[in-house]
Amino acid sequence: MVAGMWIRSTMTYRASFLIALFTNFCVTFFDFVAILLMFGQVKGLGGFAFAEVALLYGTAGTAFGIADLTMGSLQRMGARVRDGSLDTFLLRPAPLLAQIAGDKFALKRFGRVTQGLVVLIWSLCLLDVAWTPLKVLLLPVTVVSGAVIFAAVMVVGASSLFWIQDAAEVTNSFTYGGNTLLQYPPTIFAQDLVRGVVYVVPLAFVNWLPALYVLDRPAPAGVPEWAAFASPLVAAVCCGVAGVAWRAGVRAYRSTGS
Amino acid sequence: MRLYATVAAGGFRRHATYRVATAAGVFTNSVFGLVLSYTYIALWDERPHLGGYSMDDALAYVWIGQGLLTVCGMMGGGFENELIERIRTGDIAVDLYRPADLQTWWFSANLGRSAYQLLGRGIAPMAVGWLAFRFTLPAGPGAWLAFLVAVALGSTVGFALWYVVAMSAFWLLDGQGVVQVAWLGGLFFSGMLLPLNVFPGTLGEVARALPWASLLQVPADVYLGTYEGWGLAGAYAFQGGWALVLLAAGRVVQAAATRKVVVQGG
Repeated sequence: MVAGMWIRSTMTYRASFLIALFTNFCVTFFDFVAILLMFGQVKGLGGFAFAEVALLYGTAGTAFGIADLTMGSLQRMGARVRDGSLDTFLLRPAPLLAQIAGDKFALKRFGRVTQGLVVLIWSLCLLDVAWTPLKVLLLPVTVVSGAVIFAAVMVVGASSLFWIQDAAEVTNSFTYGGNTLLQYPPTIFAQDLVRGVVYVVPLAFVNWLPALYVLDRPAPAGVPEWAAFASPLVAAVCCGVAGVAWRAGVRAYRSTGS
Repeated sequence: MRLYATVAAGGFRRHATYRVATAAGVFTNSVFGLVLSYTYIALWDERPHLGGYSMDDALAYVWIGQGLLTVCGMMGGGFENELIERIRTGDIAVDLYRPADLQTWWFSANLGRSAYQLLGRGIAPMAVGWLAFRFTLPAGPGAWLAFLVAVALGSTVGFALWYVVAMSAFWLLDGQGVVQVAWLGGLFFSGMLLPLNVFPGTLGEVARALPWASLLQVPADVYLGTYEGWGLAGAYAFQGGWALVLLAAGRVVQAAATRKVVVQGG
């Protein structure tokens, strides 16, 4: 309902909304243009061909896009804690998280999802993969669990804002930064970094591990092959952690009183 | 003059208040720098001397980009949303009554912000990057100074760009669409994603001629010692030229806006 209200409000400035939707598509598309330009200069990056990098880009981009569409508004919560307008939310008879997720709900973020999907479909047309039913099934599961993992990271990040109000940018390094990281093959990164996103912040489960299985490539950082199918499980665990963090955050919330 | 100096000092102090936010920004810039560094290493491994840069130059480029991101306002000047909001709500009418010039007022505030960002969010990520990768450093104090001048000019061009963007809100009210377009240009044509001298053919020539090149590409090249003597003067002239053109454009739009547009009642 909150989201619906914001959609109606955006539609008031229709021309501006259309430009925003289009540019949202373009901003992320320019990201991809940079990769295209790189591949204009080289044949492979870290031993991965263009279509393979495109698959990584498409899966990470779509998953992140969906998470951003639903939970992206959590970023502005720091400001709400600071200026005390969060109190209004607490008085309403609706779940706080749902209200904040719907706060300033921006339909224009749909541009990001579309762009990710376009690249994903393009990569699937280019790829030369021996498809099995298992691999076909794994792809949508990857995108959905990836979106859930990103969303959980966003919730954990937002929970921390109850204590440190102006540190919203740290979440960016895990979400936007993670998204950029996952768009490139794990072979080009330092192995410690790769281990970090497998065992500490499990971003590798967003797309790296399942996508590498689809591409018939070995998993990085000595991870067993079955881990490619663990994404839904990891996503569920992430949700649990996010839920605990959120509840602890809300309980610790102290209004500024202004 | 005293007034604007006070405004600039205020801009500096205001941003210096948010220490946790600065630390968070430094962390984020460092993470992005790290991710970008590895992709550049992979790229320059395949094609050494791409765009005339050695691997060490390319890595320096990455971290200069992270350091200057907020200083030159490649992805937003840090003031335009506030200005647009004042225009949208009608508060701008109060500003226009003040015995101070609107553009100079915001320029001073932005100057203070920019100076703080250079100290707060510019130096730390570059130090992190240098410790991790030992990239190219400027040849000496003279080269550092030349770099600082280029950064100051870049920051001016960045302000001038965002000021024109903000002024468009007088007509569009919402302004978010135009902000996004400017954001798009800033991200891509400043060379944040990939150095502009790696862009192929005509695209590269166009990208290097656009104002956004003043924000990162030119300062980075000055840092790397690409320009000497008259070449350096030419680089400054390029930045200064765009700064003058855009500041003048902002003035024209501002004059047109204050003459014609009916301010929204609050």
